[in-house]
Amino acid sequence: MSEDIPSELDHLFRHESGRIVATVARIFGLHNLALAEDVVQDAFSRALEVWKIRGVPDNPAAWLMTAARNRALDALRRERTVRTFAPELDQLFRSEWTAAPALAEEFGAARIKDDMLRMMFSCCNPALGEPARLAVILNILCGFTAAEISAAFLSPQSAVEKRLARAKKALAQTPGLLDVGDAAQFDARLPTVLSALYLLFNEGYHGASSRAAIRGELCREAMRLADLLLEHGRGRVPAALALAALMAFNAARLPARLSAGGELVALVDQDRAAWDQGLIARGFALLEASACGTQISEYHVEAAIASVHAEAGALKDTDWRKIVALYDLLLTLKPSPVVALNRAIAVAQAHGPERGLQELGALKVPESFEHYPFYQAALGELTLRCGRPAKARLHFQAAQANARNPMERQFLAERAKACELAAPFRSA
Amino acid sequence: MAEFVYLYRGGEPRPASPEAQQQIMQKWMVWMQSLAEKGHLIERGQPLERSGKIVHGKGLTITDGPFAEAKDVIGGFTLVKADTVAQAAELAKGCPILERGGDVEVRPVMRM
Repeated sequence: MSEDIPSELDHLFRHESGRIVATVARIFGLHNLALAEDVVQDAFSRALEVWKIRGVPDNPAAWLMTAARNRALDALRRERTVRTFAPELDQLFRSEWTAAPALAEEFGAARIKDDMLRMMFSCCNPALGEPARLAVILNILCGFTAAEISAAFLSPQSAVEKRLARAKKALAQTPGLLDVGDAAQFDARLPTVLSALYLLFNEGYHGASSRAAIRGELCREAMRLADLLLEHGRGRVPAALALAALMAFNAARLPARLSAGGELVALVDQDRAAWDQGLIARGFALLEASACGTQISEYHVEAAIASVHAEAGALKDTDWRKIVALYDLLLTLKPSPVVALNRAIAVAQAHGPERGLQELGALKVPESFEHYPFYQAALGELTLRCGRPAKARLHFQAAQANARNPMERQFLAERAKACELAAPFRSA
Repeated sequence: MAEFVYLYRGGEPRPASPEAQQQIMQKWMVWMQSLAEKGHLIERGQPLERSGKIVHGKGLTITDGPFAEAKDVIGGFTLVKADTVAQAAELAKGCPILERGGDVEVRPVMRM
C-alpha cells in the first residue's frame, strides 16, 4: 500500500474485525456466528462509505464498535422473532424497552475486554482438526477471507471454504464462547492454543506461500495473538512466554530470510546486519521471563536454540555444541524426524560433515521422510562438504523432485547446480 | 476559480475482506488528501444512504425510493474548486471509485 498512510491504521480493519466479531458473537451466542459476521461486515461497509468521504475519525476503533452496536440492534429487531440469542440475554432482547440498553451495556469496555481471547480459545476446539483450527482463527480473528487463507496455505479455495463451513458448524454447536475466567477450562485448552499459534507462525515462517507479504502477515498475526494471550494473567505461563520468545527470535530474521528477488536465503548465508535487533532484545527478555516454573516445554528449547543463533554476530561465532545439546533435549521432549534431522545438521557444524552424515545415516526415518525435501537436501549438503559433489547432486535432485512450492524448488535447483562448483555448506 | 460538485455514482460492490476494505479506504484518503493539498477541496461533502423516500407532485404522496439501478445510485458528493470544468474532470480521474466500476459526475455550481 501507499506510504502516505498513517501507521496507526495499519491493518486496522483486519484487527478490529476479529475483535468486534468476537464481541457480537458473544452477545448473540456462538450459534448465531454467521449473523454476527454479517452485522460486522455491514458495520465495516458503512465505515468504508463514510470514511472515504469524511475522512478517518479520531478514534476509528471506537467508531467501528459503535457502528457494530447499531447494526446489532437492527439485526436484533429484525431477527428476534425467529431466533434465540445468548441464553442470559435472550429475555432482555425480546422487549424493545430493554434491548437497546442491554446491548449498550454488553458493548461496554469492561464487558468486551476478553472477548477476543475467548474467541481464540473457542476456535482451538479439540473437536476441530488442526488445519480447521488455523483456518477459523485466521478467518474470524484475523479477518482473512477463504481466498486469502487459500493463498497463504496453497490449498484450493474450495477446500478452505468447506473446512471453514464445517468448523463453524462445529463451533455453532458449542454452548458459547469459552469462559477464560474458568481456570479449569482455560488451563485445559491452553496447550491447544499454544500449539495453534506455533503452527500459525510456522506456516508464515516455513510455509508454502511464495508471497513474502502473506508469510510476514501470518507471522505478525501469530505474534499479535500471542501478545493477547500474555496480556491475560492466566495466559502468562512459562510455555506461552517461551513461545513468544521463539516467535520474536525467528521474526527478527524475517527481513534477511528472502532475497530481493524473493528467494529463500539459508540461515548461514543471511546478512545478520538485517536481523531486527529490537525483536532479538524482546526475544531475550521473554526467554528470561519464561525461565520460571518447574516444567520445560518444547517452546523453551526451540527458543533457546533460536537465541544461540541470535547472539552469534557472525556465523563462525555460533556455539554449535550448545545447539547440539539443546537438540538432544528437544528430542526427548518432542521426538520427531525433523528434530533429529536438524540435530544432525548441527552435529555436522560442530564436529564436521562426516560426523553429520553418520548421524543422518543412523536416523530411523519413516519411509515418508525419504520424500521430505530437506532430508535429501541435508544429505546433499553434507555429502558435498565431504567432497563428493556428484553424489550430493543426486540428493539435491531428489529433494527438488519433492519440493513443495516454487520457492523451495528454485532453492534446491540452485544447490544442485552449485554441486558442479562445490560450494560451501548451507541449511535452509 | 469556479466551484464544482462531484457526484459519486454506483460502483463499490462490497469488498471481500477487511483488508480489501481498508485498502480501498486508504486510496480514498490519498486522493482526498491530494485534492486538499492542491487547494481544490472546498468541502468533503457527505456519503448518502442508498435508499430513502420520494415525495411526488400534486398528490403529495410519499413512496420508497429511489429504485434506480445500483450503478446509477448516487452514493455521496464532494464540493471542489477548479479553473475550468475540464480541470475538475481531470482531477476526478484520480477517484478510486473508477477502479471499481463507478463513475464521478462533475457538475459546475450554477452562477449568475
